[in-house]
Amino acid sequence: MAERPETTTPRRRRHPLRPAWEEEPTPLGRTAKAVVITLVVLAVAFPLYVVVLTSLSPQEAITRAGGLVAVPDGFTFAAYEEILSGGVVTRSVLVSTGLTLFGTLFSTTLTVLAAYGLSRRGSFAHRPLLFAVLLTFLFGPGLIPTYLTVQTFGLLDTYASLVLPTAVAAFNLVVMRSFFMSIPQELTDSARIDGAGEFRILVSLVLPLSKAVTAVIALFYGVGYWNAFFNAFLYLSDNDKWPLQLVLRTYVLEGIPIPGAGPIDSVAGGPLPTLAVKMAVVVLAVLPVLFVYPFVQRHFTKGVIIGAVKG
Amino acid sequence: MTLHAAEPAAGASTQAGPREPVPPSRAALRRADRRRRFRRDWPLLLMVAPTILVLGAFHYLPLLGNVIAFQDYSPFVGILESPFVGFANFERLFGDPDFWRATANTLGITAFQLVFFFPVPIVLALLINSLLSARLKLFIQSVVYLPHFFSWVLVITLFQQMLGGAGVVNNFLRRNDLGVIDLMTNPDTFILLVTAEGIWKDAGWGMIIFLAALSTVNADLYEAAAVDGANRWRRLWHVTLPALVPVIVLLLIMRLGDALSVGFEQFLLQRGAVGVNASEVLDTYVYYEGVVNGDFAYAGAAGLFKGVVGLLLVLGANKAAHLLGQQGVYSRS
Repeated sequence: MAERPETTTPRRRRHPLRPAWEEEPTPLGRTAKAVVITLVVLAVAFPLYVVVLTSLSPQEAITRAGGLVAVPDGFTFAAYEEILSGGVVTRSVLVSTGLTLFGTLFSTTLTVLAAYGLSRRGSFAHRPLLFAVLLTFLFGPGLIPTYLTVQTFGLLDTYASLVLPTAVAAFNLVVMRSFFMSIPQELTDSARIDGAGEFRILVSLVLPLSKAVTAVIALFYGVGYWNAFFNAFLYLSDNDKWPLQLVLRTYVLEGIPIPGAGPIDSVAGGPLPTLAVKMAVVVLAVLPVLFVYPFVQRHFTKGVIIGAVKG
Repeated sequence: MTLHAAEPAAGASTQAGPREPVPPSRAALRRADRRRRFRRDWPLLLMVAPTILVLGAFHYLPLLGNVIAFQDYSPFVGILESPFVGFANFERLFGDPDFWRATANTLGITAFQLVFFFPVPIVLALLINSLLSARLKLFIQSVVYLPHFFSWVLVITLFQQMLGGAGVVNNFLRRNDLGVIDLMTNPDTFILLVTAEGIWKDAGWGMIIFLAALSTVNADLYEAAAVDGANRWRRLWHVTLPALVPVIVLLLIMRLGDALSVGFEQFLLQRGAVGVNASEVLDTYVYYEGVVNGDFAYAGAAGLFKGVVGLLLVLGANKAAHLLGQQGVYSRS
């Protein structure tokens, strides 16, 4: 059967991308693969689709469907109008947005500076400093001592408590540093000969070359701040300051009205949030991620692998 | 100036050995070099300073705060004034069945996830790698990475909306008179739920590193194997999998080193729905004992125990990686 190599007598027209030595997949294998892939894609997409659709459906449609709406049936922005007309949800969206913008800027700046500062081989004290950074990988101080530290610094119930304790992630720093070290040293050396200082080299030479990595790192930080739940849960007792994720948990996951100002719960105790309102909050929580994601997504593999391989 | 300039000439003319300037000692040279490097590199140090400050204040300083585990800590007098009590907190901890239940839950979840979660990214990576169309590959990658960027609150909310009592699945079942399945509040199936959530959120992301390893496999190896008569499964077994083994071993060892950390938010958020017995893990135990009950020293002891055992596990796992001839999480150099 295998007397002569298959390559000499191709029986069928081959797929243009399939190498000549590879056999055609069986119809069964091909179908199985297609089914699995469709299921995987659906598993991610279907919940999002249903949630978005429900948030845009009028109350009657939701009642008719007996819960989440899977087939389009009427269309209204009422839920969004309700939560965005100034209330707990509106405030928390503003808080989360501000926190994300400021936190991302702060963390990325610190990380870029430190990564560059530690990226020159043989520079003064870079070994012990790098070691101090890497050691944070290995063990954390623990929840209770961190809480007590934040308390001692008087940061409880401040936004600083959401930014400072987790401002720099060692992993991101190491990824950045590996990238900076891969930039040929002749480039920075020539800039130095031309009289540029370190800050100048970083800003006008190194950063423009590292746009992709910086974007990925900024996305990591940004998503972290947008999704910040635990620190806020731990350090903020004042629900006026709550970011969106805490509102999402209380209001949507547990279905408890949040005491405070706003049209949703102006009545004492407040009406329970309707399903459309709940789903609108969910959509608000996903939206920024969905929006930024496509722009940065293509850099992931590159950025992460550099970190994983060299880190 | 003139004196100095004249001196070497005088020395050179007399050829007197002892007159030559004494060469600076090695330590002095090193000191001079350090001074020179400091003068050259201080802008770099200035750049690192803010990060070091933040890490110092919120990582290394709290590390010292772990002494409260050995104290009868009272928030009113502070760490410096609270009396030391030796290992009393640990004795109480090890005698507490709730602590052991949390430990058992944590280890159980780790073990379960090693079997049912760990292989999923590998299989996904193999599947996606076997696709021919680059466009389809990219599309599927984009889709499966996405949930990694959702918060746990969001993931659990989505699961609740899909699988909860009033969720899509149960609505469908009710409508067709098939009864209801209770997944979101059932303590007996909690471990399944947690793993499913984990897979939904992070399996796609975990795939990245396997895809990277697969992309380094030389295509000639496949062709050579094919010419030698290996069919697709044998090629998978003899070419693809060996390329993945180092990554698999590394990740497996890292996961073992992290055996006591299964995440915090996921369990905190579902503790109310499924009850303490099934969902209490070490992290939530520390939180509830410390921050909620105000028993800081006791919770500090539990946290320190978890930290120290976790560190030992990581170091041990890394040692194991070296022994297996893998590079490990960090190298010894």
